[in-house]
Amino acid sequence: MAKPVSLQNKEFGAGGKPISQKGESLWKDSMRRLMRNRAAVIGGSIIVLLLLLAVFADVIAPYPFAEQTLVDQNKLPQWVLSLFPTMEPYAQLSPKYFFGADYVGRDMMSRIIYGTRVSLTVAFIGPIISLIIGVIYGSISGYFGGRLDNLMMRIVDVLYAFPSLLFIILLLAFFRSTFARPAPGTFTYSVSQLDAAMGGLLFIFIGIGLTAWATMARLTRGQVLSVREKEFVEAARTLGANDMRIMFRHILPNVVGPLVVAETLAIPGYISTEAFLSFIGIGVNPPTPSWGSMISDGAQVIRTYPNQAVFPALALAITMFAFNFLGDGLRDALDPRLRGTQ
Amino acid sequence: MGRFILRRFMYMNVVILVVSMITFGLMHAVPGGPFDREKALPAEIIANLEKRYNLDKPLWQQYLMYLNDVFIPQFSKTAPTSNLEDDALITFKVSGNLWVRWMNFGPTFSSRSRTVNDIFRQQLPISIQLGILALTVALTIGVPLGILAALKQNTIFDYLGMSIAIFGVSVPVIVLGPLMIWIFGVTLKWLPPTGWGTKPPYILGIFPSDLSWSFWRTAIMPAVALGLGSSAIIARLTRASLLQVIREDYIRTARSKGVKESHVITRHALKNSLIPVVTILGPMMAALVTGTFVTELTFGIPGMGKYFVTSITNRDYPVIMGTILLYAVFLVVANLIVDIMYAYLDPRIRYD
Repeated sequence: MAKPVSLQNKEFGAGGKPISQKGESLWKDSMRRLMRNRAAVIGGSIIVLLLLLAVFADVIAPYPFAEQTLVDQNKLPQWVLSLFPTMEPYAQLSPKYFFGADYVGRDMMSRIIYGTRVSLTVAFIGPIISLIIGVIYGSISGYFGGRLDNLMMRIVDVLYAFPSLLFIILLLAFFRSTFARPAPGTFTYSVSQLDAAMGGLLFIFIGIGLTAWATMARLTRGQVLSVREKEFVEAARTLGANDMRIMFRHILPNVVGPLVVAETLAIPGYISTEAFLSFIGIGVNPPTPSWGSMISDGAQVIRTYPNQAVFPALALAITMFAFNFLGDGLRDALDPRLRGTQ
Repeated sequence: MGRFILRRFMYMNVVILVVSMITFGLMHAVPGGPFDREKALPAEIIANLEKRYNLDKPLWQQYLMYLNDVFIPQFSKTAPTSNLEDDALITFKVSGNLWVRWMNFGPTFSSRSRTVNDIFRQQLPISIQLGILALTVALTIGVPLGILAALKQNTIFDYLGMSIAIFGVSVPVIVLGPLMIWIFGVTLKWLPPTGWGTKPPYILGIFPSDLSWSFWRTAIMPAVALGLGSSAIIARLTRASLLQVIREDYIRTARSKGVKESHVITRHALKNSLIPVVTILGPMMAALVTGTFVTELTFGIPGMGKYFVTSITNRDYPVIMGTILLYAVFLVVANLIVDIMYAYLDPRIRYD
């Protein structure tokens, strides 16, 4: 009679087989479904790989990203030439650079590796900003309801009517004048100093944060509305929990699944927004390498040196694929009913 | 419905007014002016220039003058002259010697002989042509692909269609543009890598008068590059929504009545499944508009995109105001049209 206690806890199904002892948790179940999705696993692995590249860029990249070797302008290795045979008549070979060198003799591969830093920072900070603002705004709006909800949602509506990317462009370009330098001591000055310290990423975050939270706020509000009247909320209130506790300890954990999915699916959008802004010349400050600005530089010489646009373009595409696959997989895993929608 | 349109129309005006106010305020609040140069101009010259363009007046006065010029039709007893100050987008004769001039967007600061309306007349048609073609590409690829994938669910068509869709979603136009130029323009030499094959005069001020191969060969690549991403979104949405609709009771009812399958799909399922697709057209228009900037830069198309960015960095105030207002009006009107179509397609939706 050594283990009577464990026997008591065990339940037996038909045929005496024990039903799983703890009952699968929702997250564990979702994780198993996610791991079975091959595309999502590949996407996730690529993201981990990119993360490692970004973190250890200093070690991995063969050259510093801003090091110019003017004599090596537009040089490329043999394998790149055989991939792009049109360059045969004028190409200058140099085995020093794996993807070739750009128009001022900077190593393309190092710049692509360092470029992961910008893209991944946007990919992870963007969702955090829009989640924080959107979730707080949306849960307040949905939880308290009534006139406050009405007012808060009208504000979101107006924001929706705004052409958001135009607004980001406006904001970015205005703070980056070609000739004007703001006077030290003013607000604009401190902001542009901070922006310069972040390599020009600050305004991209502000831009994404200002526009992307509205979608999250709407989604959160809808989710909060649907669980607000559930019994467990009622129970928590009876036990004397205050509004803050109910909102963040009881309601939020129950609505977080769809929010995570929506945010993961929004990441490719953030990445391409940054690339787009850098492409039109108002993204990160040079010489900080961003795939968008590299594609833009490369597009100038696409007829003569196609490799300078194609490699960063492929890097961007692969990253977008990875996040899309992972997002799709997460959605299917967390909510199988939604499979194949959106 | 009439009341709904009226209310939305008022709301539209408010949004445009707010956009104009924010833009005007922002562009005057940030440092730098239109006459900053690498080598600073003498103060007297700047003062003269500012006087010439009314920039020495108080801001609220400048703003009201601008609103007056752009939004309020001006009546005058004299025929319009060819002066730059007189260049209104819409000019017509009411009677005898009464003329109406409307939408004078003002001069450009960057070029002394051009007005904002000149830019609109010469560059805007090209951007609109590109936008219409891209939208056509998006719809003609997206909708059939989505329908095919839904009707043949879990077959090779479905997987192929959805692979194309995920490709379209993951490859933004800044990637697709250079890749297409490299493949079809540089390596295969099938199509010219840059340029746009239309010239004024345009039919109705927008449409190219010459639709021969010389136009299409320049238009195919940019239109596909811009439209493919949107077509992928449309395809996924069409598929999901059609799959949902096919399982509805009324489809089963129609089938059990013995209605032909093709009839069930086209008359009953398709119309209802396209409602979500219509709703996404609004945000998609916005994406296409901003996409035209990149497409025009990549393919060297002389459209509005260049002016949009350079005007902001050069602080060319009238061009900034003009382009932003233009895009805002376009987007708000597009959203209104989408909402009206929505109500028309789905009788359950009533707006009043």
